[in-house]
Amino acid sequence: MILYVISVGLSVTMGLMGFINLAHGVFAMAGGFVLSGAMARFGVPFPLAVAAAFVLVALGSIVFERLLYSRLYGKPELAQVLFSIGLILVSMAAARLLFGDQAARILLPEYLRGQVHFLERDFPTYRVFIIGFSFLIILGLWFGVERTRWGAMVRAAVDNRAMAQSVGINTRRLFMLTFALGSGLAGLGGALGADILPVQWAYPFEHLVYFLIVVAVGGLGSLRGPFIAALLIGVADTACKYWTPEFGAFLVYAATIAVLLWRPMGLFGVRA
Amino acid sequence: MPAALQTEKLCKSFGALTVADNIDFRLEPGARHALIGPNGAGKTTFVNMLTGVLAPTSGKILLDGEEITRTNQAARVRRGLGRTFQITTLFRNLPVLDNVALSIAERTGVARRMWRSASSHKDIIEEAGNLLAALGLADEAAAAAQDLPYGKQRLLEIAVTLGLKPRVLLLDEPAAGVPSHDSGLVLRQLEKLSSDIAVLIIEHDMDLVFRFASRITVLVQGQVLVEGTPAEIAADRRVRDVYLGEGHG
Amino acid sequence: MSGYTAATRIRWTEWLPWIAALAFFFLMPEYLSLGARILIFILFALSLDLILGYAGIVTLGHSAFFGLGAYTAGIVSAKLGVQDNFLQLIAAAGAAAALGAATGAIILRTRALTLLMLTLAITAILLEIANKWSSVTGGADGLSGVTVAPILGLFKFDIFNRTAFLYGLGVLFVAWWVVRRIIYSPFGAVLTGIRENRARMHAVGAPVYGRMVLIYAISATIAGIAGALLTQVNQFVGLNVLGLEPSGDILVMLILGGVGRLYGAFVGPVIYLIAQDWLAKQYPEYWYFGVGALLIAVVLFAPGGILGLADQVRDKCLRLFKPRSSAKASAR
Repeated sequence: MILYVISVGLSVTMGLMGFINLAHGVFAMAGGFVLSGAMARFGVPFPLAVAAAFVLVALGSIVFERLLYSRLYGKPELAQVLFSIGLILVSMAAARLLFGDQAARILLPEYLRGQVHFLERDFPTYRVFIIGFSFLIILGLWFGVERTRWGAMVRAAVDNRAMAQSVGINTRRLFMLTFALGSGLAGLGGALGADILPVQWAYPFEHLVYFLIVVAVGGLGSLRGPFIAALLIGVADTACKYWTPEFGAFLVYAATIAVLLWRPMGLFGVRA
Repeated sequence: MPAALQTEKLCKSFGALTVADNIDFRLEPGARHALIGPNGAGKTTFVNMLTGVLAPTSGKILLDGEEITRTNQAARVRRGLGRTFQITTLFRNLPVLDNVALSIAERTGVARRMWRSASSHKDIIEEAGNLLAALGLADEAAAAAQDLPYGKQRLLEIAVTLGLKPRVLLLDEPAAGVPSHDSGLVLRQLEKLSSDIAVLIIEHDMDLVFRFASRITVLVQGQVLVEGTPAEIAADRRVRDVYLGEGHG
Repeated sequence: MSGYTAATRIRWTEWLPWIAALAFFFLMPEYLSLGARILIFILFALSLDLILGYAGIVTLGHSAFFGLGAYTAGIVSAKLGVQDNFLQLIAAAGAAAALGAATGAIILRTRALTLLMLTLAITAILLEIANKWSSVTGGADGLSGVTVAPILGLFKFDIFNRTAFLYGLGVLFVAWWVVRRIIYSPFGAVLTGIRENRARMHAVGAPVYGRMVLIYAISATIAGIAGALLTQVNQFVGLNVLGLEPSGDILVMLILGGVGRLYGAFVGPVIYLIAQDWLAKQYPEYWYFGVGALLIAVVLFAPGGILGLADQVRDKCLRLFKPRSSAKASAR
């Protein structure tokens, strides 16, 4: 489910802005570090720290967007892929220099530890919390995109940028905000997930394949898609590792290939 | 004698929107045929279906009497159906000569060869050169396609398609975007086309249409309104009604 | 560079890499291990350039063929006892070609992100297989026990890597010659056409998909041979020949040198691997930082790589000396 929160941001930037950003994991990692730093160094309580992760990463991403990403909007796919790889390398190196080899430590607040009894089974509280939270996010996003003016503008701008600009929509600012949102979500995901997916310097690279799978399989530009995809992948991965450990992640990859061949735009992809 | 190109009850709908409605169309061998109609009438959709870019919802397409409804784009080209695009589609960064040579190589099967160098295939280069000369582009053979003035780019597009030695040639707005002093150039080249080739042009430039075509089909809202000689079309009241609101094309 | 108007005579500058390589062999015998490694990656980069620089296929999964070639050569030697180096190469080439043709046929119908994802997934799957199938591949410990009989019965692999270097140079030379012929052939012109304007290629009747699968398979074969060479030189195969990392590395090397220029594949690995040998040992964190920053800089400011920059510099110099020469478009 963490995969969802992080990946939906990626779906937003890639699908809505058409930019192949492999470095998305960098923002997630940043979120994780912010959370850890805020709580450990400044004693900020958990909810506030999580919010801080979202906000700070979003703001930080704006800097990146203005300076770097915006130059690459029209450029060919190869340039975007290379750029994001470069960014991953730089960030990973920087993270290693700043934080060393250790994973960011997170101390969950009391009320989120332990277990919850539900339907005769015990579920770890934190994971339940995350699932619930992701659900809220998807609702929020859906509402934001489908119902608000902002959402309409984004959809218009993606559909036809020149047209949108000529009707007075400030596409530059729009893209900047959307990127910030996407990255902020990544930061949020990284922060929330820091307990489950440890945040250390190799984070963006390690999980890159999974983020991409969730987005590609779920479908670019859709909100439900990555949700379902993350769900499926999470379940499939756990199931496979449990029942057929010899095969490991093999089945997840094979399934990804199968899905992509059947529906190249992802399960809920927006454009055919 | 079978038509060079023919459609029977060709239909295309996107959901509830019908863009082509039971179009019956015949292009005779050696024809000089024009397809006109107001914007949005479905002309380019029709051409896209003819060339295989778009699959029809129902109906048949026949090339020289053989059905090609299910054949893919490249295969139709190899069977003799050539087409130019409304928006110039060339290899912009490649030299003019290469643009034409590529199509000739495909036609002759040379394109598959991996061993001898391309530039040693003198016959292809010569044929390309002749084709360029015929269209008045010989001087620019070494220039990059995108460096040509727009009118000449449109001519280059025709040259590339002629390299395929098509039996049927579909020209989608060959004079579109060409400054008026150059459109005479385009017309002259069109007139020089061999009488073996059946030509269908889609055009808004009525001067060009009436000087070039010997038969005209009028398409309105996906349906064939009327078909006939230029004189008949010019006199037809329905056609004038359709165009009255549009003004001159 | 390819096409019907290109001059195909081998220019004198094209002999420089080979002269340099031979000079290296005689003048720097202590570094032949690094040298052999460079040669192998040049071969790998060459294979990638064929599909990336010429046909325009963006892939992060090219290591799949490299790794498959490496493992095939290793398995054939260590598990099946085949010692002859040429047979090992042929086995690796065959396996890689088969995988290339099969996967190409399946995935080349897709575009952009989907294609990228699929290439990644394929190399990831191979990595998983190599990891888990330890009885055959040695798993995470790698496959040792690879032996190569003396080449042509005469030249043993010595610890100074003399044989390895010259052997690699020989294979590279043959491959270079083949790739060069392909690029300058009508087929090469087709590839350029596909990259430049795919719609136009369809409209001139080219069986685009079939051509792309073909070049993909050829490229896979060459990558597989490169992988096999690595195994033969190291007499070992590790998991690091598969997965995202080597794919990313070779992509960086090629971009650095310059895509679509044939010799970018030579320049890139030389610079990257020498720099890596030098710097990465001393300052590993800074190395990645530097590579990343360099990559970003290249993308933003020098998309043609080093050779592209060299071209620009040369053009500027020419214009200084001949200000009124007509601007003839240089066909690349």
